[in-house]
Amino acid sequence: MASPLSELGLDQGYRYGFRDPEKPVVRTRPGLSREIVEEISAVKGEPAWMRDFRLHALEIFLKKPMPTWGADLSGLDFSRITYYIKPSERQGKTWDEVPENIKLTFERLGIPQAERKFLAGVSAQYESEVVYHHMQEELAREGVIFCDMDTAVREYPDLVRPYFGTVVPPGDNKFAALNSAVWSGGSFLYVPRGVKATTPLQAYFRINAQNMGQFERTLIIAEEDSSAHYIEGCTAPLYSTDSLHAAVVEIIVKRGGHIRYTTIQNWAPNIYNLVTKRSLVYEDGLMEWVDGNIGSKVTMKYPAIYLMGQGARGTVLSIAVAGRGQHQDAGAKVIHAAPHTYSRIVSKSISHHGGRTTYRGLAHFSPGAVGSKSNIKCDTLIFDPESRSDTVPRSEVLEKQVVMEHEATVSKVNEEQLFYLMSRGIPEEEAVRMIVMGFIEPFTRELPMEYAVEMNRLMKFEMEGGPGHVDERRPTRLRC
Amino acid sequence: MSISSEALLKDQEGGGPDSEAAGMPPELIIKDLRVASKGVEILHGVSLTVRGGEVHAIMGPNGTGKSTLAAAIMGHPHYTVTGGSVLLDGQDLLAMKVDERARRGLFLAMQYPSEIPGVRNADFLRAAVNARRPADQPIGVLAFHRQMEQAMQRLEMDPRFAERYVNDGFSGGEKKRNEALQLSLLRPRVAILDEIDSGLDVDALRDVATTIQEQRRPDLAIIVITHYQRILQYIPVDFVHVMMDGRIVLSGGPELVGQVEARGYEWVRQAVALEPDKAQSGVADAVAADALAPGGRQDAAAANPHAQQAEADRPKEAGR
Repeated sequence: MASPLSELGLDQGYRYGFRDPEKPVVRTRPGLSREIVEEISAVKGEPAWMRDFRLHALEIFLKKPMPTWGADLSGLDFSRITYYIKPSERQGKTWDEVPENIKLTFERLGIPQAERKFLAGVSAQYESEVVYHHMQEELAREGVIFCDMDTAVREYPDLVRPYFGTVVPPGDNKFAALNSAVWSGGSFLYVPRGVKATTPLQAYFRINAQNMGQFERTLIIAEEDSSAHYIEGCTAPLYSTDSLHAAVVEIIVKRGGHIRYTTIQNWAPNIYNLVTKRSLVYEDGLMEWVDGNIGSKVTMKYPAIYLMGQGARGTVLSIAVAGRGQHQDAGAKVIHAAPHTYSRIVSKSISHHGGRTTYRGLAHFSPGAVGSKSNIKCDTLIFDPESRSDTVPRSEVLEKQVVMEHEATVSKVNEEQLFYLMSRGIPEEEAVRMIVMGFIEPFTRELPMEYAVEMNRLMKFEMEGGPGHVDERRPTRLRC
Repeated sequence: MSISSEALLKDQEGGGPDSEAAGMPPELIIKDLRVASKGVEILHGVSLTVRGGEVHAIMGPNGTGKSTLAAAIMGHPHYTVTGGSVLLDGQDLLAMKVDERARRGLFLAMQYPSEIPGVRNADFLRAAVNARRPADQPIGVLAFHRQMEQAMQRLEMDPRFAERYVNDGFSGGEKKRNEALQLSLLRPRVAILDEIDSGLDVDALRDVATTIQEQRRPDLAIIVITHYQRILQYIPVDFVHVMMDGRIVLSGGPELVGQVEARGYEWVRQAVALEPDKAQSGVADAVAADALAPGGRQDAAAANPHAQQAEADRPKEAGR
């Protein structure tokens, strides 16, 4: 397949870096104020409770200081960001209804093809609004609701209002507050009791405009004994100035329910990606975060699982890949708030070309969480002396009868492994790639096949030099 | 991913090296090789020539440099060549990267094969086979799997080993079978087998040795490095070299195996050191008179008369 980048002469290393001319129907002026928030709410024709929710969140946002404990956010200028862009008048139910230029974008990204092949439903968000939405009729008949969040607020207030902002309240952190004030788009997924959606549902988020902030908001509710797999993917064009993505994802897994949430975030290398993802899991429920962070300038994201009922389980399986100028500050949080709850965290991070990864994690055991167990494994691969990796695990154990295991490894690309592969005639670059792919295989094998294939392609590309690559790659000290 | 039936059906043949010397028997010439690790010289001038169709055994006590010799020829980064040369079919191996050496036809079965978690054995093997082929002519998927399965059957390997990660969690014996599998799939021109017999039970030893025997052909030279003579009962060898203290001190025919086994390395040491003339004429083809010479600073010819001698005897030996 010819690269859209080379077609457009934007061959800067990030293959989704092409951009379209901006032709929005509504665009707020840059900066944030009460008026902007009211304008967004008015454009959407929202009920008063949501407008009030936004305004309250704005106050919190303005009051809260910038977090200083994580990645460097000093380059972020809130006054330059455009908080809302509506790209088209209406949402398409078929791809033919989507404006031509936007449809072309998603075709380049392979979304319609993917839907035809293996997805039960697709939602495509462009700038602030979902421009395409479709779900298999079968699921609709079983009562599954999968729509954009704005539609959900209008059409399913009884399902939305009791949960919206309860898992991640606006006061949780500065960026959750920001999202709560200006949120737009995102997905709402409701799986009724006992319904098992076997094929994945997918949302795709695309930022196109410069200095755009994307603030989607996703809410997933799995009723008792239901299950679903939700996938999201993200890309953005390359601009010389930074953009912001600050999403909030709230998930509620009721008794015996099961949600798997798979993300591959491949943002352009000038996106601040500051996301709050959290799930509440009740008795015997299971929450699985499969979280891949490849692009962005700065990512701060720590998918969290609150194990609220006896026998609840949760896993976070994540990879973070940081190349030149990138800092992936990612991790996981598990809160064992009930007896006999189990969690497993597997974090794989790769730093190359001077990139930086941080694993930041929390394992908390509340009093009474007897018989609970957490297993945490963080593996880091560092390519060169300029790259950096830190592990910042935290544990709060307030109950004696628990088991916590934490294992962390940091390694270079193993010289013996490289020698072994090369001694079989495999060239160094391919050998390194095999080792890296092997390293993240525990992640890749959990992806749907089409995603695993894409992931392989992405990693190949990434390891060839990553965003804006120009230099000669020197992954190891191997002299041959 | 779609695969055309054409791609599946083509390329019944294995991935041999695209040797420009096709038709010519391989020839590996090691000349006065000196190798150091962390600034300490381990090999003090090793000379050895092996040719297609021959099987050479290198024996010797532990820690005498046998594995160093193998690793240095393959290009292991921990070893620095400080002198001498290694030519494969007239080409300077030492100037090549490790993967290039392999594609020229060098193969090293390792004493401790690496484990590579997350990489399926079958994918690894296919990548290795394809590395020997033009980039636009990869081996057909079915053709490859047929070859691999046949080779695994001969080694009595469970087919599941194809799906497992490379050497990951393999027992010692399973790793050695996996090395033998690669030997048969990659069809090298020169194969160095570094203690491929260590850690094998009797059945595994037989299977591995049988595979090696099957590989014997005019366009393959084999060097078997071993501490014990056990594997040599299964693989008839043409030449035997005894290494001690970073040198080949004694070279001879297959009869040397029994002598070493019967009388031990200490005998070799004494024979070589104390009665060089007798040893040379009476025991074997040659003996290194300089084995225990202090400093070991003789010139190449003096340092390694045995290897030179073996070289001189070659036409007669090879004719057997």
